[in-house]
Amino acid sequence: MLKVKVNDTEIEVEDGLTVLQACEQAGAEIPRFCYHEKLSIAGNCRMCLVEMEKSPKPIASCAMPVTNGMNIKTNTPIVEKARKGVMEFLLANHPLDCPVCDQGGECDLQDQSMFYGIDKSRYKENKRYVPEKYMGPLIKTQMTRCIHCTRCIRFAEEIAGIEELGAIGRGEDMQITTYLEKSMQSELSANVIDLCPVGALTSKPYVFEARPWELKKTETIDVMDAIGSNIRVDTYGWEVKRVLPRINEEINEEWISDKTRYSCDGLKKQRIDTPLVKENNIYKKLEWEKALNIIAEKIKKTLPEKIAGLTGDLTNMETLFIVKEFFEKTIKSKNLDCRAENTYVNTEDRKNYIFNTQLNKIEESDLILLIGTNPRFEGTILNLRILKAYRKNKTKIYSFGDIGELTYPYEVIENKTDIIKKIIEEKHDLSEIIKNSKKPIIILGQSVLKIKSSKYIFNELKRFLEKNDKINNDWQSLNILSNNASTVGAYDLDLINPDNSENFTLKSIKNNEFDIIFLFGQDNLKFIKKNEFIIYVGSHGDRGAELADLVLPGSAYTEQDGYFTNLEGKIQKAYKASYPPGEAKEDWSIVNELANLIKRKKLFNDKNELNESMIKYLESKKIKIAGNSIKNEFLSEEILVEDIDYYYSNVISRASTTMTQCRNEKLNLKKNGTEG
Amino acid sequence: MLEDKDRIFKNLYNDFGVDATSSKNRGDWLDTKVLISKGREWIINEIKSSELRGRGGAGFPTGLKWSFAPKEVGSRPHYLVINADESEPGTCKDRDILRFEPHKLIEGCLIAAYAVQAHVCYIYIRGEYFNEGQILQEALNQAYKNKLIGKNSCDSGWDLDIFIHYGAGAYICGEETALLESLEGNKGQPRLKPPFPALVGLYGCPTIVNNVETIAVVPTILRKGSKWFTSIGKPKNTGTKIFCISGNVNHPCNVEEEMGISLKDLIETHAGGVIGGWDNLQAVIPGGSSMPLLPKNICETIKMDFDSLVENKSGLGTAGIVVINKDQDIIKCMARIARFYKHESCGQCTPCREGSGWMWRMLERMAKGEASREEVDMLMDVTKQIEGHTICAFGEGSAWPVQGLLRHFKKELIKRNNFNPLIKKNKNVPYLIDQHLLEEDNVKS
Repeated sequence: MLKVKVNDTEIEVEDGLTVLQACEQAGAEIPRFCYHEKLSIAGNCRMCLVEMEKSPKPIASCAMPVTNGMNIKTNTPIVEKARKGVMEFLLANHPLDCPVCDQGGECDLQDQSMFYGIDKSRYKENKRYVPEKYMGPLIKTQMTRCIHCTRCIRFAEEIAGIEELGAIGRGEDMQITTYLEKSMQSELSANVIDLCPVGALTSKPYVFEARPWELKKTETIDVMDAIGSNIRVDTYGWEVKRVLPRINEEINEEWISDKTRYSCDGLKKQRIDTPLVKENNIYKKLEWEKALNIIAEKIKKTLPEKIAGLTGDLTNMETLFIVKEFFEKTIKSKNLDCRAENTYVNTEDRKNYIFNTQLNKIEESDLILLIGTNPRFEGTILNLRILKAYRKNKTKIYSFGDIGELTYPYEVIENKTDIIKKIIEEKHDLSEIIKNSKKPIIILGQSVLKIKSSKYIFNELKRFLEKNDKINNDWQSLNILSNNASTVGAYDLDLINPDNSENFTLKSIKNNEFDIIFLFGQDNLKFIKKNEFIIYVGSHGDRGAELADLVLPGSAYTEQDGYFTNLEGKIQKAYKASYPPGEAKEDWSIVNELANLIKRKKLFNDKNELNESMIKYLESKKIKIAGNSIKNEFLSEEILVEDIDYYYSNVISRASTTMTQCRNEKLNLKKNGTEG
Repeated sequence: MLEDKDRIFKNLYNDFGVDATSSKNRGDWLDTKVLISKGREWIINEIKSSELRGRGGAGFPTGLKWSFAPKEVGSRPHYLVINADESEPGTCKDRDILRFEPHKLIEGCLIAAYAVQAHVCYIYIRGEYFNEGQILQEALNQAYKNKLIGKNSCDSGWDLDIFIHYGAGAYICGEETALLESLEGNKGQPRLKPPFPALVGLYGCPTIVNNVETIAVVPTILRKGSKWFTSIGKPKNTGTKIFCISGNVNHPCNVEEEMGISLKDLIETHAGGVIGGWDNLQAVIPGGSSMPLLPKNICETIKMDFDSLVENKSGLGTAGIVVINKDQDIIKCMARIARFYKHESCGQCTPCREGSGWMWRMLERMAKGEASREEVDMLMDVTKQIEGHTICAFGEGSAWPVQGLLRHFKKELIKRNNFNPLIKKNKNVPYLIDQHLLEEDNVKS
């Protein structure tokens, strides 16, 4: 601990802090532009100048490390003069077009000039003009407003790991640009918009949409991937205007992926706002009562074994639970699953399907093995953590198969299951490397869990790691990377076949053995329909609704309260920010009403009861004893990492114009061969 | 006046040849092995007691700088970097050392590298000095051939490799940390200090950065002894210095003289006097363009050393003396210097990036007489807002010349820029009064 004096009050601070942090701790606020906790220190805005005893010049507090016995003053005339001076310089060439600037109302420059600036301009020269730069469909530039804090450059280089931004020219003529004026390739590119303290980089899809003070802010959870990024949804009326990240050091720090941020315009398009029934291949509008009656009639006429259900990838846990109750109590059918593909999962132990090494511990790792996964597209935030690990410890990273640019270098291993077998049998160099590593991380992606020997790979790999003490109370090395927001929640709620090795429901669906199939937000089912009566409950008219004979309008994640368990097994609640469109209802109430119609009794009286019994179910869940007796069959195969259509991975993003633009941008780049 | 026997740079005018043999004849490389065998401590102490101050502009004691390098070489190697990026307008001393006395520099490199325990030395030459760089390279080749440097340099047991790196023409790369950035292949922008290069420098390793002249005088000091060096000049401003005299003089020249020589002597004796006679003198920039100018009355008596010039609110800098006579428009001259600084600002930190352009534009208008009277005071305010608020010393370098002008030629400025703005400040409208800038007299009235 070090003793420092800040404005004559003595405080004790930890070692290794900067003067700025020490001042914050002492309660003295220091204005800043270039300084950002998550980025390296640039010290170039000079706004944070403070006076230090024995120093003839004011010092940049963001860059100066605290030493014992420092005497800092932040409220002297010298400091005030310095701040005013810097502020005046910053505003000298700033266009001051706040009325037409999207940053207005949440602009650091605006706020700080109110506090620390002079209210009159003495600058009489012509202001500088900087040409606009093209940075892709997400980032709108207005570079005249730029104050050269270089936060965006540092973000691209240090956090996103793709060196796409830089400054050309020097002095007054310095310009921030992608140089070739191409769109940013990073999936995290739009975070520079949040980082930009002024309106130089603003959101292109949100341009001139609303002012920050007009928006209603709801703190909620993202569902675009299984990470469960913490977000804030800003709504104007019922319309979701934008999505911003919320700080959660354990999950997303303060970044979110472009998909999380910009899929929200998909909430306004392709929406199902009324029940629909298919007659002669044409969808007709229908009243709720009639629609539910049709279903009730059908169910009554059908044997329970002939009814199946699949839940989707964006479904919240309440809906999952009520669907489970509906199938168990109302229909009494066992044919319910959350997997639209034959993914192997062993739900005997919760550790078998979550990301055991927590996200914030990835950076401690010294060895990362990627099996059948492309973390850049499957978990963008997770990839960022791997990059962090690489930057911090020079972590060695291996991947089965070449999976393209990941923003960090990795060694490619032949994508054969034989190699994994060799590793397990200690006949491969990697076995030793894993054994010698202190904190290894093995990440199994969904692609590897879909192949035939997935059961062998998972269980034997687990056994191998347990044998070598790589899975213990201090360090969990085996991880599953789920792709969808609902996956872990559904496994927690046991929405899978009792015998978990194979997806019998899916198999029977594909063999056309059922008469009625419920699709609760499930859009990834691929099968050839025969005489089944398919009911789709969901928010968007997409692949699932196309299959269906009857469509019931549900709500998207911003329109209902709901729990989601992220890939690490953290349960988080998403809050209602807006209302479902038209006649659409919240998903759980649709199922509840249907149950009421069939059995003359509601499953739950209200949402609270549903929540309580769901929590009770989760708490009462016991760990089943692992049955290792089953033979794990091994097959020599290739592990092919599925090509994920990143910008089109779920119904909301498929409906989003912005995502389509991003996707086109990528595809075009591929076509002319300038990619990479 | 410096006697010929006390001159360090005997070949400053290329009278005796550049090659190794003729350099040896002048005394270079004579007993380098003996000097080195006396040990690190002795070398550093000798330089400390000689009170040699860095010749690059800031005048930091060289011996002290060397002693900042870690005593033991840790896991990271030490580096010696020679700053030959001589870009200060009005300065051309390093150029003549590079092309006429390269062996003095190379020998100095060996001794300095030994003193700071560096096995690699980089000489960062400005890109425009291509020919000088070629001459230096030739000298290096000769030195390698004669085993003066390289493995077991001069039989001293110390290995040293010297590499030349050409800059790409940015003034700011003469700033030591920007130079290191540039050397590493990055954009030449100064780094934040602390940490200082002596601990974290080139590639994160301890690095000593010295000016060409500083290093080149080291062997002679060690040979002749620190006593000899301190006997020349004044206390704390010891030894000889190459002065570069240019501008409105009859014979612009480089000349080695003792520190503390009077400016008038220097101009009259060595440069053939001011064009149009001493009375035609208007002002002198004593230390390269970044130092504040001195008007004639101060020039009459001023002594050319670090401390005397600081007393007169200027600085010795690189000792590039620019003489401006009365034929010149002093405001235009300063506007031109301001333009240079505007052009060379690296753009990293705010005050310098925005302020240097502002100053230049104002000065241009003032030179034409298009500025209002109030702006003269405002210009001073702007320079004060730049000075001391930047990462590197460029802020001072750009603000000081303008401050010098305002300090000594304010009358001239006001005479030329005499009009009042059309809209006058109406003190009776409290609504418009800037609370922050409420001056005392405003409050009273």
